[in-house]
Amino acid sequence: MDNQKFCFSSVTLRIDFGFQDRFNLNSQLEHLQSKYVGTGHADTNKFEWMVNQHRDSYASYIGHHALISYFAVAQNECIARVKFEFVEKMLQPCGLPVPRDEQ
Amino acid sequence: MSTTAEDLQQVAKRLASYTAPEEVYNDLVASDGEEVDPFAQRNVSRRIIDRESGYHTRRLNRGISPERHDPFSEGEVNLESRSYTDVMREAELEREQRRVLQKLEEKKKEAKEAAIDQSSAQKKRRWDMATTVEAKATSEWSKTDEVTALKNRWDETPRVSIDATAETPRKRSRWDVTPMVSSKKSRWDETPANGNSQFGVTPVGNLGLITPTPGHLAPMTPEAQRWEKDLDARNRPLTDEELDAMFPSTGYKILEPPSGYVPIRTAARKLMATPTPMAAEGFVMLEEDRTQMYDLPAEIPGVGNLPFFKQEDMQHFGKLLDDKDESELSVEELKERKIMRLLLKIKNGTPPMRKTALRQITDKARDFGAGPLFNQILPLLMSQNLEDQERHLLVKVIDRILYKLDALVRPYVHKILVVIEPLLIDEDYFARCEGREIISNLSKAAGLPTMIATMRPDIDHVDEYVRNTTARAFSVVASAHGIPALLPFLKAVCKSKKSWQARHTGIKIVQQIAILMGCAVLPHLKNLVEAIAHGLEDEQQKVRTITALAIAALAEAAAPYGIESFDSVLKPLWTGIRKHRGKGLAAFLKAIGYIIPLMDAEYANYYTKEVMIILIREFQSPDEEMKKIVLKVVKQCAATDGVQPQYIKEEILPEFFKNFWVRRMALDRRNYRQVVETTVELAQKVGVTEIVGRIVEDLKDESEPYRKMVMETVEKVVSQLGAADIDTRLEEVLIDGILYAFQEQTVEDIVMLNGFGTVVNALGLRVKPYLQQITSTILWRLNNKSAKVRQQAADLISRIAVVMKNCGEEKLMGHLGVVLYEYLGEEYPEVLGSILGGLKSIVNVIGMSSMTPPIKDLLPRLTPILKNRHEKVEEACIDLVGRIADRGAEFVSAREWMRICFELLDMLKAHKKGIRRATVNTFGYIAKAIGPQDVLATLLNNLKVQERQNRVCTTVAIAIVAETCAPFTVLPALMNEYRVPELNVQNGVLKSLSFLFEYIGEMGKDYIYAVTPLLEDALMDRDLVHRQTACTTVKHMSLGVFGLGCEDALLHLLNYVWPNIFETSPHVINAVMEAIEGLRVALGPSTILQYVLQGLFHPARKVREIYWKIYNQLYIGAQDALIPYYPRIEDDERNNYERYELSMWL
Repeated sequence: MDNQKFCFSSVTLRIDFGFQDRFNLNSQLEHLQSKYVGTGHADTNKFEWMVNQHRDSYASYIGHHALISYFAVAQNECIARVKFEFVEKMLQPCGLPVPRDEQ
Repeated sequence: MSTTAEDLQQVAKRLASYTAPEEVYNDLVASDGEEVDPFAQRNVSRRIIDRESGYHTRRLNRGISPERHDPFSEGEVNLESRSYTDVMREAELEREQRRVLQKLEEKKKEAKEAAIDQSSAQKKRRWDMATTVEAKATSEWSKTDEVTALKNRWDETPRVSIDATAETPRKRSRWDVTPMVSSKKSRWDETPANGNSQFGVTPVGNLGLITPTPGHLAPMTPEAQRWEKDLDARNRPLTDEELDAMFPSTGYKILEPPSGYVPIRTAARKLMATPTPMAAEGFVMLEEDRTQMYDLPAEIPGVGNLPFFKQEDMQHFGKLLDDKDESELSVEELKERKIMRLLLKIKNGTPPMRKTALRQITDKARDFGAGPLFNQILPLLMSQNLEDQERHLLVKVIDRILYKLDALVRPYVHKILVVIEPLLIDEDYFARCEGREIISNLSKAAGLPTMIATMRPDIDHVDEYVRNTTARAFSVVASAHGIPALLPFLKAVCKSKKSWQARHTGIKIVQQIAILMGCAVLPHLKNLVEAIAHGLEDEQQKVRTITALAIAALAEAAAPYGIESFDSVLKPLWTGIRKHRGKGLAAFLKAIGYIIPLMDAEYANYYTKEVMIILIREFQSPDEEMKKIVLKVVKQCAATDGVQPQYIKEEILPEFFKNFWVRRMALDRRNYRQVVETTVELAQKVGVTEIVGRIVEDLKDESEPYRKMVMETVEKVVSQLGAADIDTRLEEVLIDGILYAFQEQTVEDIVMLNGFGTVVNALGLRVKPYLQQITSTILWRLNNKSAKVRQQAADLISRIAVVMKNCGEEKLMGHLGVVLYEYLGEEYPEVLGSILGGLKSIVNVIGMSSMTPPIKDLLPRLTPILKNRHEKVEEACIDLVGRIADRGAEFVSAREWMRICFELLDMLKAHKKGIRRATVNTFGYIAKAIGPQDVLATLLNNLKVQERQNRVCTTVAIAIVAETCAPFTVLPALMNEYRVPELNVQNGVLKSLSFLFEYIGEMGKDYIYAVTPLLEDALMDRDLVHRQTACTTVKHMSLGVFGLGCEDALLHLLNYVWPNIFETSPHVINAVMEAIEGLRVALGPSTILQYVLQGLFHPARKVREIYWKIYNQLYIGAQDALIPYYPRIEDDERNNYERYELSMWL
């Protein structure tokens, strides 16, 4: 079911592409890239980019045990607490979003 | 001199001339009228309708029904559209009508039978049939039939009248064809006078063959039309104006026609009066002039030049040709024309035209509206002259506009289904897929309720064809919306009390769902089985059969899981097989056959024993279908764990062999395969000896197909189970039988060869005593007149060479080698290829040094064969030469190898990749044997050739030589070649470098510094391909030397690669991106990130775009590794961007 929905959307996508894009060898690559949240495009602004950086950073700290135990020692907290705080911070790492200026 | 001789002479004199006997003339006359086209069979029609069976053409019986009311729409109700109630009522009426007709027919039949019984008690002959037809024809009732149902009154049984009407437009009996209408004339239609053109009494002007004679008033081909037109133009009477222009105005007087004169108006007379074209010009070769299509426009207003415009297109697109002023037309008409133009472009246009038109029609679909679009597309799809390509394109149009129209299609769902459903049973796989996709999209666009409401009336449609296609369409709907959504409806339909047709179709839907969705039915298996289970005890035979088949399909889809879902049907199935006979029984057996493999061992054993009684009884059934199913079920039962070998041996095998191992079974291809498969399956249980022992004698049977069947079975059994079981006695008989079968074959078959090879290889050492005999057979057959026999013998050598070596028969092999060597002059390429293959296998086995004939004699014989361009010979020869170059190069002089090198260059052009690869490898071996210098010189020269493929292969070969002989032997010469100021050569050098660095991997670290200046130059070259290839080289290089301390050189190269990121040509930008990717690996992501950061927020969008693309690539490749390298961004008044954690310090 899901698979079919996906096909559906991908076909519509293909139709909407311009002429040059369809023949571009990279169009497939771009499609693949667009599936990663952290990737950007020409209209990405500073805030969005930074949010992604922060989230990636927290994910990375949590993933590397040595790093998180280092932070824990530095802050004099237990590892679980530090981990929890990082996860919490991932929600809005840089504060409230900047309103996009419409162009 | 006797008088008789004189008489004879007189008689001889009386003959003016010798002519052929009268029969021959008659024959000629007869055949002339038919105009037999010897190529007619070769000229395959592309029209879909021409390859369809009678059943498929039933699609044409379905009308495109009027629009239906969409109950979900908010807009006002269109009064003309029909509601669900209307449609149901109509369907009901149609059924009722059918029922009444059937009743009447039965009554009539009864009455007739009664009459026949009364009038004559004698035996019925088939002549009686004629009277019955007549009786029906004159009957009052049949006339009413005709009025109500538009039926052919000659139909014998009105019950199947749908078939009959379906047939009539296609295949008519020649008696009911009116001569003028039929497109293909039989000679009977023509008037006798000019039917036989050559020997006809009246010399009509038809010597020019194509001139229209009265018999051919309606010309069939455009060619003929053209002629006709041409002639008409030339032969038309001169008008008064023309005459005035021709003659001087003075000195001539215009005469009055006589008072009694009447001009001749009859066409035939007129033609006789005109001179034939033959007399005027003699024979004219018709020129192939496609642009000149008379009557058919080359250009359609508003469409432009089309590649073709067929006669049949006039029917649909004729409107475009009437030169009406567009400003006078209404909006609707304009819209219609617009759609028509787009459709015509899509159907007949060139690919670019088609593309733009398709885009336009998609974009504007909602403006055009569903009605106008489908009203034009669907009739086109129903057209008689539709070809595959056209259908594909139109279906594509529907697919595209479905997305755009979405819910607007609802009133047209049935229309679309009528047209698309036939695709579901098309014999072409892709057409079926296309049909499924459309229906799936349609059902998503229209929604499940609409789909059900639309298709419900067709479920118990009177025509079986409609029910069949509807069931298939429903299964597609189920896969689109999920089985659970459709389940309540299915349950209701399968239990329908109103008609058995509805139940039948409902169960068929379940069957189709199982076939379509495979193991995806598992979660709903229980529900599906329960929905149809009651069908096994239905009062209608057909419903019972389809239920059994549906259960079989479900079990097949669910295998090996889900036995618990079938609990409820086990009992009815097993009682069913005792009650039923014939077709119904076959279906039940099939269901059981698929359920048994799902059971655990104990149950499987029990149920197998139960069903086996019936199966053994049915072994004798004469019905082919039953035979196939029985064989299949036996195979399935035998494959389950629970069935004991002892049981199979005692109960099944005797009957099985008695009934199925008979010559007759070998004649039908499908039976043959089934018997072999089942026997192999049984052998898995009971062992080799049991099976082979029973059939081995039949290897000497007198029927060849039967011997083949035996051989195939023996081959499969032995290859799966080995020959360890076979005892000495059986072994003897087996070899004897195989030799006999091999020698006695009249049609050389791969089966015999495979069988022979497999058995010999399986027996291994035990075959030693027979090798002498086998060899002499081979030698004898190598000398045979027939090429096939020789080829097979040579092939057999390559199959058994390994075994011969194991048996220590080197001497025998040497002898075979010499014989094969002598046959290298073979002229049939297929045979020559096999002989080379045989030689290669012998060389492989006995080694270069002990080969007879010695390698130094063998190789020079092979050199000229390298010129042979036959694929099989090329491949076998290059394999053999490569082998010798690899293992025994020292036996041959360097000069011979150089000669071979030159021959090899041509083989780089071969079509088959295997040959090109073998050639390139051989270059490597030869270079290794005689040193790279000479080979390299040859290859570098070859870089100058024009042909691209040849150059590419040469670069690969250079790289291989470099790999086998160490790069330092090759690089200097290669880099020197880069100085040649020729594009192809420089590119070739770069490409070689690219392959070289790909092959040598980390060995590249010693050579990077050497080639860097060259790459610098290439990366700065004006030519795009230079930069592209250099980028590829950088990629391979950097990936090869990752972690080996060459970062300085790579960073230097990165600086040259980087400016190329703004290239737009797809291949170049691709190569650049890959080079950056490679450098990312070798240099680490941080380096690349520093480059990327420069442009991420550049004011120019074009710059940002490519920089973000590189960033994304980098990000995906090294997401985690980038974390420490992101730049430090200061907080602003609103947000905090600093990542404080990283500044913690202990």
